[in-house]
Amino acid sequence: MASETEGAEAHGEGGFAIDPMHQFEVHPIGGKIEIGGLDVSFTNSSLWMVIAALAATLLMTLAMRPRSLVPGRLQSVAEIFYETVANMVRDNVGTAGRQYFPFIFTLFMFLLFGNVLSLIPGSFSFTAHIVVTFALAIVIFIFVTILGFAIHGLHFLRMFFPHGAPTWTAVILIPIELISYLSRPISHSVRLFANMTVGHVLFKVLAGFVVLMGIAGVAPFIMLVGITALELLVALLQAYVFTILACVYLNDAIHMH
Amino acid sequence: MDDPDKPSSLQDLDRRLKAVRERRQGASKPGRHAISSRGMNVGFRIAVELLAALVVGVGLGVVLDRWLGTSPWLLILGFFLGCGGALNNVMRTAKELEAARRREQAQQGKSGGAPDDRAAGPRQGEGSG
Repeated sequence: MASETEGAEAHGEGGFAIDPMHQFEVHPIGGKIEIGGLDVSFTNSSLWMVIAALAATLLMTLAMRPRSLVPGRLQSVAEIFYETVANMVRDNVGTAGRQYFPFIFTLFMFLLFGNVLSLIPGSFSFTAHIVVTFALAIVIFIFVTILGFAIHGLHFLRMFFPHGAPTWTAVILIPIELISYLSRPISHSVRLFANMTVGHVLFKVLAGFVVLMGIAGVAPFIMLVGITALELLVALLQAYVFTILACVYLNDAIHMH
Repeated sequence: MDDPDKPSSLQDLDRRLKAVRERRQGASKPGRHAISSRGMNVGFRIAVELLAALVVGVGLGVVLDRWLGTSPWLLILGFFLGCGGALNNVMRTAKELEAARRREQAQQGKSGGAPDDRAAGPRQGEGSG
């Protein structure tokens, strides 16, 4: 996360020593844990995932405690989240998607909190790691593929051949469609990852400029304020986009476009 | 209030809320900021779709080559198929965006808002397929 103090430290060591990628370093908290040769240490990344999950759970449970008909402020927040995701699922998947709503909602809240919490100086942005976003995307991809086969059986393979195309084109079209399909988790995960990474690197670089430029640092500082607002928008938007893509893939599996 | 012929206060409230919401929707006009950030989003989306298919095509080619020892033929084939896949992805994305734009326009025409198709929130921009 962009924090001016870290930029100052880098500057203090002499020269232009700002390391904008330092913020993404994963290190274990409280010693290394190994199980069967696998490194399963509790890292700063895991810590922030736990925080995001807890914060989301806490917000939803506390906000919905009053259960009043006319919602208070906090309850309105929770209801807005709920309604946004409910509308998203209904618009993109239809009524058949209702049973997947808990999953989609959890996904959205987790990403939303991960993205927004990463804007706190000193926090860790786990959504800026391709491992995390790709893991989420591949889980969705595998789940959706299995679901497609479970619902449609072998008929699901029709997805890889467009309707009405001459049979001989199958030689070219099926590999192309297959590659398109397999590229889904990549494009799905890269968008979130790249947006978050770019934002956080930009923070760091600009914060470095603020320190380096002394009194003239007011200019990048003002920019930093603007960028922070923009990044908040990006954080919300990318959580939304990731979730909506999950809905679109779910829809493809259920209804087979 | 308990009169069954009259709408209850809650229904009344709901109706009034809806009216306010509709009025707001027609009135709100996002600034330049929304436009530029959305354009960037579309561009980025297409770039990623383009790249992803190519990566998968070439990756599959390389892996199969190693496995079958047919280097470099499957890599070349994978590259071309990846290009096809990329094109396919971009076409699909463009179609989705076009559909979203149409839907948005129809919606705006209904509510009597501005016909500027770009000046809409990111919400409608990320349409379904």
